[in-house]
Amino acid sequence: MSTGSVEVVYRGIFQKTLAKNICRGIVFAAKTQGRIGLAFGRYSDSPERNGIPAKQFAVVSDTEEELEEYLSRYEPDNNDVTICADDTLCKGVESWAWYGLQPINKLLKPNGTLLVTSMRLADGLIRDIHRKGAPYELGVVKGTASFSGLWVYKDDHTDVRLLGALAKVAPEVVSLDAVLEGIDDSVKQASARKAYDMVEPVPVAVDQGNDEVPYEFDLPGYTTMEECLVIRGMEKQHDVPGWDGGYVPVRNPTFKKYTTRTMRPVINFETCTKCTICWLQCPDTCFDVTPDGHYDANMEACCGCGVCEAVCPVDQCITMVNEEAFTDNASQWEMWTNDKENYSEWLAAKISAQPARSHGFHHIGQYAEEIAHESS
Amino acid sequence: MNPPRTATAKKVDIQAARAPRGESEELISGSEAVSHAVKLADVDVITAYPIRPYDTVMQYVSQMIADGEFDCEYIVAESEHSQFEIVKHASAVGARVFCGSSGVGWLYAFEALAVTAGLRLPMVAMVGNRALDDPGAFGVEHNDALSVRDLGWMLAWVATAQEALDTALIAYRVAEDSRVFLPCAISCDGAFLTHSQSIVKVPSQEMVDNFLPPYDRGDKQLHPDNPVTIAPQANEDWVMEIRRQSDMAARRAREVIIEAYDDFNDKFGRGGEPFIERYMMEDAEVVLVGMGTLAMPVKVAVRKMRAEGKKVGFLRVRWFRPFPTLELQEALSGVHAVGVIDRDYSFGSSFHSGALANDLRSALYPLATRPKVVSFIAGLGGREVSTDNVIDITNSVFAAANGGDIDDQDTYWIGVRE
Repeated sequence: MSTGSVEVVYRGIFQKTLAKNICRGIVFAAKTQGRIGLAFGRYSDSPERNGIPAKQFAVVSDTEEELEEYLSRYEPDNNDVTICADDTLCKGVESWAWYGLQPINKLLKPNGTLLVTSMRLADGLIRDIHRKGAPYELGVVKGTASFSGLWVYKDDHTDVRLLGALAKVAPEVVSLDAVLEGIDDSVKQASARKAYDMVEPVPVAVDQGNDEVPYEFDLPGYTTMEECLVIRGMEKQHDVPGWDGGYVPVRNPTFKKYTTRTMRPVINFETCTKCTICWLQCPDTCFDVTPDGHYDANMEACCGCGVCEAVCPVDQCITMVNEEAFTDNASQWEMWTNDKENYSEWLAAKISAQPARSHGFHHIGQYAEEIAHESS
Repeated sequence: MNPPRTATAKKVDIQAARAPRGESEELISGSEAVSHAVKLADVDVITAYPIRPYDTVMQYVSQMIADGEFDCEYIVAESEHSQFEIVKHASAVGARVFCGSSGVGWLYAFEALAVTAGLRLPMVAMVGNRALDDPGAFGVEHNDALSVRDLGWMLAWVATAQEALDTALIAYRVAEDSRVFLPCAISCDGAFLTHSQSIVKVPSQEMVDNFLPPYDRGDKQLHPDNPVTIAPQANEDWVMEIRRQSDMAARRAREVIIEAYDDFNDKFGRGGEPFIERYMMEDAEVVLVGMGTLAMPVKVAVRKMRAEGKKVGFLRVRWFRPFPTLELQEALSGVHAVGVIDRDYSFGSSFHSGALANDLRSALYPLATRPKVVSFIAGLGGREVSTDNVIDITNSVFAAANGGDIDDQDTYWIGVRE
């Protein structure tokens, strides 16, 4: 008699079908082993938005009675395995479904396994992942994050590879044979088997990982929260030392978008013409106006949508870079004003480290160019 | 809508000498009485959409405006839904508002009714009680107003035009009290109250101003100088606290209503007991309970039976929300049997009773000694409830009290053809 549960953390819309395929694959595999299962999305994640962290779960049990424990829950909190379908989520999960930042390993049971799709090595990922307070294992399934859209699916075998890796790290949840039986394509079966063979989880000790205390806040009670569903407006501007003459809007203190993005803009202030278009077009009002009239993308507010790069009329001014290239959320403009030469090197290194956007295109016409290139 | 042109002509100051402190006495219908309350409350925004029988109040209000007696924003909406949405938003920006409807019109506004209570926006609405379709019918049933009983709406039922006017003034004071901030509906039985005229004391503006303070939404008011947003989307982390706040407001309404009646009685010399009216209740062994204009035939029947030595009384529920649980417990714990006459239905409910009987049974259940409760449904679709009907009902309740063959686990339909 046993129950196994798997959490899949993914990027909303871009990986929705992927997460669904993984969770359904787990339930189908369990069925071939004579067990019963359940697959569900975290309800409040829906409706999903591009790139916003979201979750789906799969639970498999020997009996109906064991499964019942999971039937009226949003989030099983003692999962055997957490699958992280995009390694930028290792920095934490800020969903639409709750407030605050949830470490990627928070709902993993002690000695459970965190499976991450990444091109990075385990050591690098551990630096991003918050400390858990209990030992666990980290397995890396080598690959870039598989992003597609709501209506299209990039059938790049990521789903079957993760199922194969899952069978390796948690055979009590699903066996490799059961996973393979649920796959009707011999090439995909080979991919699953290869992932099974390749994944080698490493132990992560309690003192390993990011020691930052995850951002949290207390939810008010009915006696302490404002009556009549009134939400106070925020002040127009807040003062930042050294920013006299600039403009920094006050932002929602309870929803910092640190982990909602998969990319961020880096800005070449030398080529910027201060045309204001990025500032005007940003859907999240993330640009601060600097004292010298530049526009600095504030990482508390940037969702990583890439609109600024698309609308910037200057060549080589704004470039979207994958989020995994960064370890902090510091102001780029302050970095540039402090040491222009150093900033120039930093900028070039970031751009060369991550030339591909996670989604969308660097410039108008790029899609047509890629199609032409592929078909030639 | 054509305001009746004769309305001004029929205003007769019958006995100015008898009217104290500037009150006038006028021969007016229940709807017209409410329109006087609306004018005296100096309402800022009113929305109209025609449906019988509530529309009479709109006719009287529009005539007051046309005659230059009253100044307010009078907006003719394109449906009941818009009608209630408009006043809801006006209330959010700090305007005193009035609105109303009847029957399925009230139900067409249901989304707006729910969010008005959910957003804790005060509003006074008149429901001209009318049967819900189908069949299409104009006559009174209480199911229209009762449909909002669980949402935070306060619900009052009145029996006379005078009570309609007075209760509307009290309702503004209670609804707009910052301890409450909930909407209130005044239910007026279609035809019997909305369309029949009686002598009503209409207070002076000075008297009303002395009783009813201006609506002050304080720092919850939507205003450019007070940047707030209201009506957010919220997930499961928040909704329960918000519901609990509404629950606390509905609980606090009780004290605020009592205060308002005390003050109204002081300043106007009438108003009566909050929540319930007791009629010949002393030493009563059997008590009939009902709401609205049903009081008239019941009182006549009670007097007749008292004259015959039968110890029967009548308890009229004036406020259905907040429900007068304590008053009913205190008033009914010593009686032998209670007959509840519902002018509404709750098909499939416990004992197939109406809403009043169901809530009353629930209120009496914790009592150590509780009366038998026999439930009746009468007067649906505007059918008259006669004194003979009431005497039949009373005899059944006496029989129940004396161990007769009366089923207190079923509901008797009165005046229905088999």
